[in-house]
Amino acid sequence: MDESLAITWRRIPERYRLEGSACSKCSSNFFPPRKLCPTCRRKGTISAKTFCGKGKIYSFTEIFSPPGGFELEAPYTIAIVQLEEGPKITAQITAPHGEIKIGDPVEMVFRKIQEDGEEGLIHYGFKFRLVK
Amino acid sequence: MVGIVGYGAYVPSFRIKPEEIAKIWGEEGERIKKGLGIQEKSVPALDEDAATMAVEAAKNALKVSGIDAQKIGAVYVGSESHPYAVKPTATMVAEAIGATPNTMAADLEFACKAGSAGIQICMGLVASNMINYGLAIGSDTSQGRPGDALEYTAGAGAAAYLIGREKSQVLAEIEATCSFTTDTPDFWRRQHAEFPTHGGRFTGVPAYFKHVMSATQMLFEKTNTRASDYDYFVFHQPNGKFPLEAAKKLGIDAAKLKQGLMTPVIGNTYSAASLIGLASVLDVAKAGQTILVTSFGSGAGSDSFALRVTDKIENRKKGIPLAHYVAQKEYLCYGLYVKHRRKLKSL
Repeated sequence: MDESLAITWRRIPERYRLEGSACSKCSSNFFPPRKLCPTCRRKGTISAKTFCGKGKIYSFTEIFSPPGGFELEAPYTIAIVQLEEGPKITAQITAPHGEIKIGDPVEMVFRKIQEDGEEGLIHYGFKFRLVK
Repeated sequence: MVGIVGYGAYVPSFRIKPEEIAKIWGEEGERIKKGLGIQEKSVPALDEDAATMAVEAAKNALKVSGIDAQKIGAVYVGSESHPYAVKPTATMVAEAIGATPNTMAADLEFACKAGSAGIQICMGLVASNMINYGLAIGSDTSQGRPGDALEYTAGAGAAAYLIGREKSQVLAEIEATCSFTTDTPDFWRRQHAEFPTHGGRFTGVPAYFKHVMSATQMLFEKTNTRASDYDYFVFHQPNGKFPLEAAKKLGIDAAKLKQGLMTPVIGNTYSAASLIGLASVLDVAKAGQTILVTSFGSGAGSDSFALRVTDKIENRKKGIPLAHYVAQKEYLCYGLYVKHRRKLKSL
């Protein structure tokens, strides 16, 4: 089922430019953005923070049996990327599985993620590419 | 002083050679290579389109300029392959680079010259103090009907130009611009049609050559200059041969076109073609050198620009040179190319 328009719209800042959040009290960074710091609770103030998009491969795997909408791209690589600012996020990697090692530096790229059929919305967002 | 304060290009890493396409259609690859003056062309990845490539080029332009995206007052994206028929590419690009919400934005379409039209619009807005910085982008994943001559040349790429007026930031001053425009039916794509239709030989003399040469001559007259006053020339490049022929007719030394002639190695990137050529020149040009750029868009029109490089050109070190993208390549067979360009209906 297609994602609701409101959810897609709300997530544009995080998907397009890696906008997460940060706690002013303990300086923890969050992605996806949190509205409350789990450590400081009400004592911390949360504000939006755009991450620089650089990170490292923390772990990765190859998808041979993709969910609907990703059939043309299989096999493709999914990784957990540790951002320079700390948070770990799951994302597609633009390089084939065989070219990647744990610890490789990567940077965020803006790519097409999925299309809702021929007439629906085109979803864009972050993927990561190897920094050579 | 209105000019370029940042520029950036992007070319996807996939390539296909004319021999590979010719093999499918029973044509002679070598003859086509020679006839079109093309060695290979770029192909977008499955997850790339005019919007994603525009974002890559725009980010490179911002890096070179060192300007905060929030200061951009206008974003124009020129393309003939906008991902949506209705829903602007410019808003997606502006959002992705962080230029929203206090910015003007619109999509432009004028076959292969929508990007240079965007530069002219930004020049006007910047010169009239309506905005401080304007971003003009040409980006295309152009399509050629399977088996058509265009299939050998239709490539993919983007180039972005940030226009400003601060002398301390301008890396190339745009000294003059002019346009030559007529209604010429040389190439079109109707609403809902997947592939463009063109007039074959008609795309040459009455279309490309008439407009490119007229606009260039108009600029010579307007600026009281001649061919020998410029160090580099960049013409729209639908193939590797037309720009060289136009230069010959205008009495321009072919050597002055070489640096800006990228179609032989990346294909015709449509709205990005002349702008990628200019990026290639700016990547090597020295302070004080002069560049003449003439775009061409079917339908038809040409925009000419006279540029003078300043000592701020050193800012290019902060960006990624075009050569980086041209060197990164992975070849596709025709089967994978069909998948990448979704040329099979069942895909």
